[in-house]
Amino acid sequence: MNRIDQLFEKKKKRVLSIYFTAGFPNLEDTIPVMKAIENAGADIIEVGIPYSDPIADGPTIQDSNMIALNHGMSLKKLFGQLQDMRQTISLPVVLMGYLNPIIQYGMMAFCKKCKEIGIDGLILPDLPMQQYLDEYKGIFEQYGLRNIFLISPQTSEKRVIEIDQNTDGFIYMVSSHSITGAKTTISDEQISYFKRIEALQLKNPRLIGFGISDAETFNIASKYSNGAIIGSAFIKIIKESKDLETDIKAYIRSVIQ
Amino acid sequence: MIKVDEKGFYGKFGGAYIPEMLYPNIEELKENYEQLMASEEFQKEFRSLLKDYVGRPTPLYFATRLSEKYGAKIYLKREDLCHTGAHKVNNTVGQIILAKKLGKKRIIAETGAGQHGVATATVCALMGMECTVFMGALDIQRQRPNVERMKILGAKVVPATSGSQTLKDATNEAMRQWINNPVDTHYIIGSVVGPHPYPEMVARFQSVISEEIKWQLKEKEKTENPDIVIACVGGGSNAAGAFYHYYNIPQVRLVAAEAAGLGVSSGKSAATTALGTPGILHGSKTLLMQTEDGQVVEPHSISAGLDYPGIGPVHAHLFDTGRAEFVAVEDEDAMKAGIELSRLEGIIPAIETAHALHSLQMIEYKKEDIIVINLSGRGDKDLDTYIKWGGY
Ligand SMILES: Cc1ncc(COP(=O)(O)O)c(C=O)c1O
Repeated sequence: MNRIDQLFEKKKKRVLSIYFTAGFPNLEDTIPVMKAIENAGADIIEVGIPYSDPIADGPTIQDSNMIALNHGMSLKKLFGQLQDMRQTISLPVVLMGYLNPIIQYGMMAFCKKCKEIGIDGLILPDLPMQQYLDEYKGIFEQYGLRNIFLISPQTSEKRVIEIDQNTDGFIYMVSSHSITGAKTTISDEQISYFKRIEALQLKNPRLIGFGISDAETFNIASKYSNGAIIGSAFIKIIKESKDLETDIKAYIRSVIQ
Repeated sequence: MIKVDEKGFYGKFGGAYIPEMLYPNIEELKENYEQLMASEEFQKEFRSLLKDYVGRPTPLYFATRLSEKYGAKIYLKREDLCHTGAHKVNNTVGQIILAKKLGKKRIIAETGAGQHGVATATVCALMGMECTVFMGALDIQRQRPNVERMKILGAKVVPATSGSQTLKDATNEAMRQWINNPVDTHYIIGSVVGPHPYPEMVARFQSVISEEIKWQLKEKEKTENPDIVIACVGGGSNAAGAFYHYYNIPQVRLVAAEAAGLGVSSGKSAATTALGTPGILHGSKTLLMQTEDGQVVEPHSISAGLDYPGIGPVHAHLFDTGRAEFVAVEDEDAMKAGIELSRLEGIIPAIETAHALHSLQMIEYKKEDIIVINLSGRGDKDLDTYIKWGGY
């Protein structure tokens, strides 16, 4: 059984997914950061594939992408680093990346490799749903990969339901009109959007991401969904860290308390 | 047939590869632009602004001395005489009317040479709309006069400091800004790039160029069809406009001049068809300059408007099918061609346009051939670059 499905079967509330960019802060930190995230008690690890033009990301994640690329990170290199990850990592692992590096690698070869090393799901923000259905759904399913779509406050109810039907794993609820890392507090308007989606009783679990940074925002997000995704705030922590293991543990503990 | 299909593809290229956050905006445009553009009300306003505000039709000028020098009948389509100095305004006039009809309050745009930024700031002033233009930090330095023009017109100019700090990065920033303000903002893209329906929509606004060439040439030469149409290609909007009504007339040769920078194999180039492979950039599948790992390569051209690692999907298709000939013109040759036109015809062209002029030395033609060169813009904005180059 897919690890994402297993997770949500056991745990319905306060699921914490942590995003970081592969090869950041240093090229060989990918696996150590993943281990630290697991040891600290998070539930899902989201590994970002660095890209030169991440249009849905704010300055913090852009910067981490640039740094990782300057270190020489690439998709091939990443697969090399992750080759034996299942010897040490037991959490669900999701790869997040923009489409271009993946289609250069080849979608079929990419998905095959993901299965081989034990990846559970994919978040590809610039892969539109129709394109996924027309071209890639069969491949994803063949290799047991969950496809995680985004929705935003602007997504119509009809489309949310359509996305729910074509998603498995979980739905990534973008918390506001924004790129990553934009806001630090949660407004009433956002809460009414969370409630609106909650009322739709979707078949998929929902995690709220973008702008979640601490215990307070995590608690609010968790109240209206199955949990949350933290990216930029985590990147900031590891960027400045002199002791990844300790700082990651302290940060994640402070969020889930 | 060169024609966009329902999903926004020209053959293998095009589509709308955008984050879900922008899906409603793109859908809104897609559902409305054709109907709006076809409406009598829209056409009336658009045509009247093109005539009285932009100054259309622009002349189709027979360039006597240039023709003598090159041994062909060479006409210049004088887009440099458009208000604001380049073809870019044809598109911004169209899109601002569209934005108004869609009830948008704010406009954002990207710009390379600053021509599109100026053209956007201009129509925003005209319509009383708030305007923010994203421009690469490097381009802000090399196109200073246009930055000041935008500010005089009341626009806010925001430097893009990521990546190569040029057009690609300005486009990234504009897209991010649109994600952050999806409801009340319209993004006026400046070329035939971006997610569907932008490439086709921009091409249709620019198609007034070839629409005019047809009747103007008929008056002068008794034929609507030249033998060759030449245009420079950054993203490809002036070329798409000049080619549009000739796409499906095979006897008209289409020549697209790209920027080779310091040379196609110098590592400092923007010659997309020579160096690019299929990939996804700014929401469409097209040819783009990239590494084996799919990272976008930073381009180089002396001309800010051609300094872009991709081309519009329609041009990728024109290249792929062999419908258009592509030439790659180096910085130095473009500069010389710019000086040559200045001396022969008393017209100082934009450096982008100068690339199209140099391609006269790269293609074959016969003495009796009628050649139309799309003179996409004037060189005022490039004086600093001409002065620095100094070879005159
Ligand atoms: C005068 C002029 N020509 C050409 C271009 C290139 O754009 P496009 O290829 O979209 O026509 C620009 C862009 O700024 C320009 O200012």
